[in-house]
Amino acid sequence: MHAPLTPTARLPIGSDADLAWLRQHVRQCAADLGFGLVQQTKLVTAASELARNTLVHGGGGHVEITTPTDGARRGLRLSFVDSGPGIRDVDLALTDGYTTGGGLGMGLSGAKRLVQDFVLDTRPGLGTTVTITEWVSGFPAPRPGAR
Amino acid sequence: MTDFPAVHPEPVPVLALGDILLVTLRGDLYDGAAEQLQYDITQRIANSPVPVGGVVIDLSGVEIVDSFLGRILAEIAASARLLATRTILAGMRPAVAITLVELGLTLPGLATALDVDRALAMLHRAPSVEGGA
Amino acid sequence: MVQHDTAPEVAEQLSEFLKRRREQIAHRWADAALFSNVFTVSRDEAVEAGRAVAEALADVARSGRLEDIEAPGFDTVRDQLGRMTSARTQSGYTPTQIAREVAGLRAPVAALLRAEFDDPADERMHACLLELTVLMGTLRLVVLETTINAGEELIARQRQQLLEVATPVIELWEGVVAVPLIGTLDSSRSQVVMESLLEAIVERRARYAILDITGVPTVDSLVAQHLMKTVAAARLMGAECIVSGIRPAIAQTIVHLGIDLGSILTRAGLADALAYALTQQGIAVSARPTAGADSR
Repeated sequence: MHAPLTPTARLPIGSDADLAWLRQHVRQCAADLGFGLVQQTKLVTAASELARNTLVHGGGGHVEITTPTDGARRGLRLSFVDSGPGIRDVDLALTDGYTTGGGLGMGLSGAKRLVQDFVLDTRPGLGTTVTITEWVSGFPAPRPGAR
Repeated sequence: MTDFPAVHPEPVPVLALGDILLVTLRGDLYDGAAEQLQYDITQRIANSPVPVGGVVIDLSGVEIVDSFLGRILAEIAASARLLATRTILAGMRPAVAITLVELGLTLPGLATALDVDRALAMLHRAPSVEGGA
Repeated sequence: MVQHDTAPEVAEQLSEFLKRRREQIAHRWADAALFSNVFTVSRDEAVEAGRAVAEALADVARSGRLEDIEAPGFDTVRDQLGRMTSARTQSGYTPTQIAREVAGLRAPVAALLRAEFDDPADERMHACLLELTVLMGTLRLVVLETTINAGEELIARQRQQLLEVATPVIELWEGVVAVPLIGTLDSSRSQVVMESLLEAIVERRARYAILDITGVPTVDSLVAQHLMKTVAAARLMGAECIVSGIRPAIAQTIVHLGIDLGSILTRAGLADALAYALTQQGIAVSARPTAGADSR
């Protein structure tokens, strides 16, 4: 089997400095796995949205970063975990423009549009876990010229 | 693009170029620094002894704009407009633009330019604020 | 598939033989077509590669999983076999021809194995030869698998190249770029169009970008959305995007999507779009000379 290029990591989400660090970490992982620039940018942006949700709505938490494989395909999977109040109405929370946090209401719905795989698991009073997965498209070799 | 972009916990400087305010964003911006910038720009426009001819925000060094930073940029432009000043976003990268559109943030009503030079030219050509959005 | 039972002591003996005689095997393989045609520069390299494969086969035999292409022993040589087969594929060999070359590796090993036994009727020898045949068959499958994987990778890469070739971005005038699209637009191609047009805007410092879809017969809603997103993204970058040559069917798709066409600049054809871009930049575009009208 292939050894993962990027080891599994677990990063805390407790401050806006953590968000900045997470963005850089995800960018580096995505670049190492051979994601193109646009895919990298989408992934980092989705991570930023979800981490901010974890921080603002979940009262902080952590993110787990893994690199799953599916046959020859490689992917990057991020799980945002908090033990906050949870989301009461998931459909409403995924509606564009719906906000409780003073943002634009694009966090959850926008992040969902940016990635290939989006799974939301929430229990009122117990917390929320959002897992996103993005697969490297095309051929697996990283493009050295990619910016 | 091998080195990490710099993280900026410190405030972003607002430079005056004649009667125009120029802000250059680079790398990754802390949420706090973005909010501080919004406050700084509004204060600079309000307290300027001469009317400010425009605000140019250079995004060419920015690798991601999420909905938080997008909201801040839209709010800077909106408050500047209330103070009779135009705001132009300059040099947004293709990947950032694609992502913002995908995110659902098309920032309507915000003026854009390919680079700072073009933004300055736009402000000099039409120094006054047009009435509508 | 019929499960073939391997007596552990036979597998062990075969493994021991492969390990002990790996040098001789490697030297004979180095002259076989598969190795000699790949390692053309240095015979030492061919011998080294052969030794690695022989050791891997010894490991697989020891593990007793002689029929299992997933046997851990093969992992050490998978990359190596992949490099060898892709070298063969690039010189035009089909998977069948490569498989035949792999099959050709059995005979020299079998000859060495026979020489181990004094009595040609020794039952242990026949058992070992049978196991060797099974093992070499599995190796052939492993090689085929890597060949097919390499082929798929090649197809993916070529598909990407084709996409890029099929969407040329041209500079019509200083500050005006255009993509004339011809043929069916699918989702992945419209993604490439979007990215190359936006890249061209930065590279050429283009104030105007023209998306000409005269040659596109129809679009589905996903592609129409991509086109609209391209227009929005270009605007965020500070360029104006003009869509020209929208056919009635496409116009209908766009209307069905509920997209406000008022927010998109459209022109009937590429020429009209260019005229618009030039006029906006203060370049006078005069009407057609009257010579054509006189000849009527």
